[in-house]
Amino acid sequence: MNKSTKQQIEDITSSEYQYGFTTKIQEERIPNGLNEEIIKTISAIKNEPDWLLEWRLKAFQRWLKMSEPKWSNLKYPKIDFQDLCYYSAPKQKKKLNSLDEVDPELIKTYNKLGIPLNEQKMLSGVAVDAVFDSVSVATTFKETLKKAGVIFCSFSEAVQNHPDLIKKYLGTVVPISDNYYAALNSAVFSDGSFVYIPKGTKCPMELSTYFRINAANTGQFERTLIVADEGAYVSYLEGCTAPMRDENQLHAAVVELVTLDNAEIKYSTVQNWYPGDKDGKGGIYNFVTKRGLCKGYKSKISWTQIETGSSLTWKYPSCVLKGDNSIGEFYSVALSNNFQQADTGTKMIHIGNNTKSTIISKGISAGNGQQTYRGEVKVMKNAINARNRSECDSILIGSKSGAHTFPYLDIRNSSAKIEHEATTSKIGEEQLFYCNQRGIDTEDAIALIINGFCKSVFKKLPMEFAVEAQKLMEVSLEGSVG
Amino acid sequence: MLKIKNLTAGVDDKNILNNINLNINSGEFHVIMGTNGTGKSTLGNILAGKDNYNVHSGDIVYKDKSIINLSPDERAHEGIFMSFQYPVSIPGVNTMHFLRTAVNSIRKSKKQDEIEPGDFIKLFKEKLELIGLKSEFSKRSVNDGFSGGEKKRFEIIQMLLLNPDLIILDETDSGLDIDAIRIVSNGINAFRNKNKSFILITHYNRILNYLKPDFIHVMLNGTIVKSGGRELAVELEEKGYEWIK
Repeated sequence: MNKSTKQQIEDITSSEYQYGFTTKIQEERIPNGLNEEIIKTISAIKNEPDWLLEWRLKAFQRWLKMSEPKWSNLKYPKIDFQDLCYYSAPKQKKKLNSLDEVDPELIKTYNKLGIPLNEQKMLSGVAVDAVFDSVSVATTFKETLKKAGVIFCSFSEAVQNHPDLIKKYLGTVVPISDNYYAALNSAVFSDGSFVYIPKGTKCPMELSTYFRINAANTGQFERTLIVADEGAYVSYLEGCTAPMRDENQLHAAVVELVTLDNAEIKYSTVQNWYPGDKDGKGGIYNFVTKRGLCKGYKSKISWTQIETGSSLTWKYPSCVLKGDNSIGEFYSVALSNNFQQADTGTKMIHIGNNTKSTIISKGISAGNGQQTYRGEVKVMKNAINARNRSECDSILIGSKSGAHTFPYLDIRNSSAKIEHEATTSKIGEEQLFYCNQRGIDTEDAIALIINGFCKSVFKKLPMEFAVEAQKLMEVSLEGSVG
Repeated sequence: MLKIKNLTAGVDDKNILNNINLNINSGEFHVIMGTNGTGKSTLGNILAGKDNYNVHSGDIVYKDKSIINLSPDERAHEGIFMSFQYPVSIPGVNTMHFLRTAVNSIRKSKKQDEIEPGDFIKLFKEKLELIGLKSEFSKRSVNDGFSGGEKKRFEIIQMLLLNPDLIILDETDSGLDIDAIRIVSNGINAFRNKNKSFILITHYNRILNYLKPDFIHVMLNGTIVKSGGRELAVELEEKGYEWIK
């Protein structure tokens, strides 16, 4: 008889990670381990002001008293935080004045990843900041942005050049004691991106950061801070990849967004960290704290994430809706294949009046992948007329994968209107047979069905990234359905 | 076109069809009738190659080659098409995109170039009109939220665009009102020629008034018990299946 659909599905859903190469470049790295001396060293390398060092040390003291969160649905061996390197950077002799001075090996790496830093060859209208291991190596389109008054630079540069803004906003959305990984990040973060959009300015182009972990045994702890002043708008995209390594690598980032009156930030992520091999060996542990504060009246923050990488994902991009009439949105597609585990979702905290939030979450589990949606909608006592709509759908491919949904509702004001819908379905053999009968082979059929399932989220991505996300899903599903 | 030889088959190890023999020449229109649960739809699924539907003995020869080792998509590439009794919905997958993917898969199997998107849109709209569906239909998702009638009409549109040679129509008339039966029948009749063969599975005589089949076969307990011309269906309608038993 013909090869069974099940076997075909298994074959289709086990393909290789295509960004798994390493770059041979000299690194400047500090000894492994975590203590006050290490933190002082990082701060000194970055020539930071005293207040920031104190802030880091305070975070470290808090972290020492905290314990690793155990409430997630993730299973992994204990992480030895003393056996990690907290700072690694490509060696460079002097400060860079232009992109021409960036190490050609690095440029090559980003070209391989499909991220040309060369401005002429760039996708029109996307400015890129590239973070390699611990430091930012290049930011493109600096001049154009400067003209518009937009600040887009590495976090380290911002500390030097815009200390007032950093001091004003750093830690205001995610305080140092927020959670275990946020505290760790606050103590040791090495770089990241900083964006400031001035009053009444619509950022003239999409901004984008690419994160790359290269060095072995290194944790990446970047910090992103985006502030949209009154009436400002920005669309920001981050992408992530890492080499294939047998050991697990730690990534613990913090992203803080602030929108003032009538401002909007659209934050999109295509996360494709190395997921580990098909037997579950290696891969990135991704513990990320992302939160946006809709501080002003009628301000808006929208998170869109496509999560296909990492062996572990622990991530809950959230919105604090403090300003009256503010809007929070969360659109997510998360895929776990082979032995990947994802525990992801969002928190919408309604504080102001007439605040509105929307959650659309699509989980796809294939192989032995485990997928958890965890979402909280909280309406505070004085928040009048809060609205929330949540839609969480999971699809299972094969018989060994799993999907779990944990919605939490905490409603303290009776004028709130909350709607929640959740579905779990198996990728239907009927659907596959239907496609097959029309001449579409099983591999194409799975891609077609999954893309259809994710469509409402893909629609929220900037155009060129929507295409990229679709392709990424197809590649990630190759050989994944078991 | 199609020779079914001593076919015993069913789901997994279970026999549902017993020793079926059937010859269908190019250009012929055959009808299979029978009470519920006699294996009519199983025959359709066996011909289309659905997973877990296994041939236990005998053979199915299509265009002079045995097809029992071919996968469902390979059979589709060879020109076998089934109009489903219950078409499944595929949310988020646009009807036109779905059909263009299908058409291009079949073209690719014949080493032909992909169809130009513009040409395809034109063709798709043409067929929609022929089957009496509005052009907004092209913006909907495959079978998602379709009425019973819309689903059956969409199956016929797919048949017209994929241009198969052997067409299995599994209860295409069920769920259709009288006007829709006429429109769908006209679509099928317009597609008929000396190179196309049809197998229609149905319970009712009504659609046969429009389709004018060549042969009627009565199936009972997984076996063809009686075959005849158009008049057999009329007789069945008058006397019921008890008459055959």
